[in-house]
Parts: sequence; structure tokens; C-alpha cells
Amino acid sequence: MGLLSKKDSKLILDPLADNNPITIQVLGICSALAITAELKASIVMAISVLFVLGIGNVVISLMRNIMPSKIRIIVQLVVVAALVIIVDQVLKAFAYELSKTLSVFVGLIITNCIIMGRFEAFALANGPWRSFLDGIGNAAGYGLILIIVGFFRELLGSGTLLGFPVLGNPIPGELTGLYALGYENNGFMLLSPMALIVVGIIIWVQRSRNKALIED
Amino acid sequence: MENKTDKNSYTILFAIGMVLVVGALLAFTASSLKPAIYENVRLEKQQNILYAMGINDNDESSAVFISTDKAPEAFNANIKEQMVITVDVDGNILKTQTRDEYFSETKEEPYLIDVKKEQANLKAGKPRKLPLFVGEREGQTYYVAPIYGKGLWDAIWGYIAMDKDMVVRGAYFDHKGETPGLGANIKQRFFMDDFYGEHLLTESGVFKGINVAKGNADPKNKDKTDNEVDAIAGATITGDGVTAMIKSDLKLYKPYFDNLKNSN
Repeated sequence: MGLLSKKDSKLILDPLADNNPITIQVLGICSALAITAELKASIVMAISVLFVLGIGNVVISLMRNIMPSKIRIIVQLVVVAALVIIVDQVLKAFAYELSKTLSVFVGLIITNCIIMGRFEAFALANGPWRSFLDGIGNAAGYGLILIIVGFFRELLGSGTLLGFPVLGNPIPGELTGLYALGYENNGFMLLSPMALIVVGIIIWVQRSRNKALIED
Repeated sequence: MENKTDKNSYTILFAIGMVLVVGALLAFTASSLKPAIYENVRLEKQQNILYAMGINDNDESSAVFISTDKAPEAFNANIKEQMVITVDVDGNILKTQTRDEYFSETKEEPYLIDVKKEQANLKAGKPRKLPLFVGEREGQTYYVAPIYGKGLWDAIWGYIAMDKDMVVRGAYFDHKGETPGLGANIKQRFFMDDFYGEHLLTESGVFKGINVAKGNADPKNKDKTDNEVDAIAGATITGDGVTAMIKSDLKLYKPYFDNLKNSN
């Protein structure tokens, strides 16, 4: 690796698979259930978390030596909340349409346990550059799972991807594509419990391919 | 060994400093961006009202507003009058003002009236201002009224365009935080378009509203006089919210439409 040392690239690549925040560390499950009914929402959430976690990790890392340890959790919360609100305001002023799609996620980003988890576990003990890579890596690992879950839930639940019908027209009387053959959308896929089951299947597949991940 | 960052005095000073810095930063961002945000909100209301009366850039399946640079011009060209009807608690009309009368009294555009605040006024026993936008397009007159209510998680709102017999001629719904894929679908065309042609009154002329009904016997919505549209599966509470806001807000316009009929 020319750009990154082996140790640094491990920071980015590890959370994508063998140390994934959702499937291995089991963090960030709440938002993975809440917003993955549509692929678009999953992608928007993935990008938002990438941004907040990348910058937030750097800020916390820079403050790690002056931060009083007794109130560090509150300081971390304030940093995330301030970042998210500033981003939200800037989007409202300059990209209003996008901000409307995002507004749902503002609260979810602040409470996302991956963010607090990375601050506590990594940024408090490492320098800004390594913290930045760690933040990007973990957010990407989180986003990857989100997008996989969103893909299957939207496809099987609504028969669309990013809002475009891909399986045909499901309106009674004008059936085309798969629907004409008797296929029906599974409305259950749109409800949160199915996200848990999809995440469960991902965990199962991942661990059966890599036995080292299985705990006793 | 005790660290200097573990001392109580340092902790308190740090906390105060942090609050001051973050507070100032947020206040600065908010106040410097306020005009731009306000402008966006203003244009969006114009787009919403125009959307309800059928002026939009819809493609085959998705709802698209007229672009923001064209919205003010289209708004001025198509909205002939912005009425403000003031009603008391019993629903009696106290006065009806035109846009110019209202503007000279309050220095406020009727389309920027805060519906939520007006609802609270009525609840507190005070008169409520009802904005009504009279638009004309292709020889047809549209009466567009704003509605506001509660969904499952947060606020939902919309604009309903009617003709003089209170038959729906267009609807626009939006929401603050309904579930994506479920309640959030109230702003999809398949739901909004269903309202077109629905009657708000019963055959005998009593106000009934439009029920977002589950297990509707008419899922393709052929019957426009049943006061029902088909609900979205999995979004019962959002649908009930739509039913409720249509009922409670549009009911108040009924006396105005009665007067309109009688004066002709």
C-alpha cells in the first residue's frame, strides 16, 4: 500500500468485515431496524454517519488530552449534537430538498451507539489521523450492512429499488412482470422485525464463512 | 498521581467554556442562515399550494414540484386571491378578508399563516384565521386550503384543492418524520392521487370528510362518493391522522362554501 501503511489500512478494512460494527460488535442495531425499509434512506443514513463519525472522531481525538474524564461522555454528546445540527442547518439553507429527507435521521445520528462507541474506544486513545481512518472505516462498515438490508427490504417489501419498480406493476388489474405470474410483495419486509432477521442472516453467512468469528 | 484534568475546578471551567463555545457557534450558524432557510420555506409553501391545484412537474410515477425559480411567477399568475376567513369557536364566520385587506392589517402574506398556531387559538377559545387560496387554471376555479395534524411520530400537513361543491381537485401531503416505506408514503403519488374527485360532503350535503379506510371494499377507488380512500398497509396511525386533519380543518370551511353557493 503506497498511500496508507499496513496498520492504517487495517483500520479502514477491518470494520468492513471481520470487525463490523453491526454484525460483530452488534452496535447501531436500532437505526439499522428503523430506517432500512427503503434503499434511499439507507444510503442517506450511511453517508451522514460517515461524515459525522469521520469529523467527530478527529475532534474528540484532538481534545483527548484536555478533556476532563469525569464529563467525557457529555462532551462527546455535545460534539456530535453540535456537528449534526450545524450540518442540518447548512443543508436547510443550501440543499433544502436533501435536508427534508435527512431531518428524520438527525435524532438517530446523535443517539447512534457506534459513534459514542468509537469515541470511547478509539478516539480517546489515538491521534487525529488514525482516529479519522477508524471513523471512516467503521461508518463504512455500518453503511455497508445498512445498504444490504435496505436493498432486500425494499426489493421484497415494495418491489422497488430507490423508488423505481423493478419487479413489474403491482396495481390490481394492470399487473405486469412478476406480478402477472402471481407474485406478491411481502409487506412484512417493511416492518422492523424483518430487518433484525435480515441482519441475523448476514451474521449467519459471515460466521459460517469465517469460523474464527464464532464465539464459544 | 492526580491529573490536572481530573480536578473539579478544571472540570467545571471546561464545561462552562464548552457550553459558551458551542452555544455561540450554533447561535451564529442559526442566525446567519436564517434568511436563506426562511426563503426556502416560503418557496416550498408556494410549491405545495401550486402542487395541490395541479401545477407541478410530475412525471409518470413520482411527485415533482414546479422548480423554485418558476414557483413565484406561477404563484402570482395562478392564484387569483388569497382569502383569510376568521371563524369563532362555534364555526361562525366573523369576517372574510382579501389578501390586500389582510396584508395592510398584519403585514403578513396569507399563505404564510401558521396553521398550527391558528389551531391552538381555536382550542383556547379565540377566533381562528383560515387561509383559502383561490386559484384558476384552464378555466376551472380551485379553492386550496391548508390542513395540519399529527401522524405516528410527528407532524403531518398538507393542502387540499376543492371546487365550489367541496369535491377534491387535488391533494398534497407531507410529514416531518413518518416511517420511510410506510407512513412516509402519504407524500407518494399513488396515495395523493387517490383523493382526486372524492367528495367531502355526503349526498345530502352534510360535511363528512374523507376516511382513509382499511379493508376498503373499493381498493381501486372507483366510487368517488363513498367518502373513502384506500389506506396504506402498515401505516394505520398515519392514515388515521390524515383522516382526522381533513375532518377537523376542512369542516371549518363549510360555512364559507355554503355562503358561496347561496350568493350565486
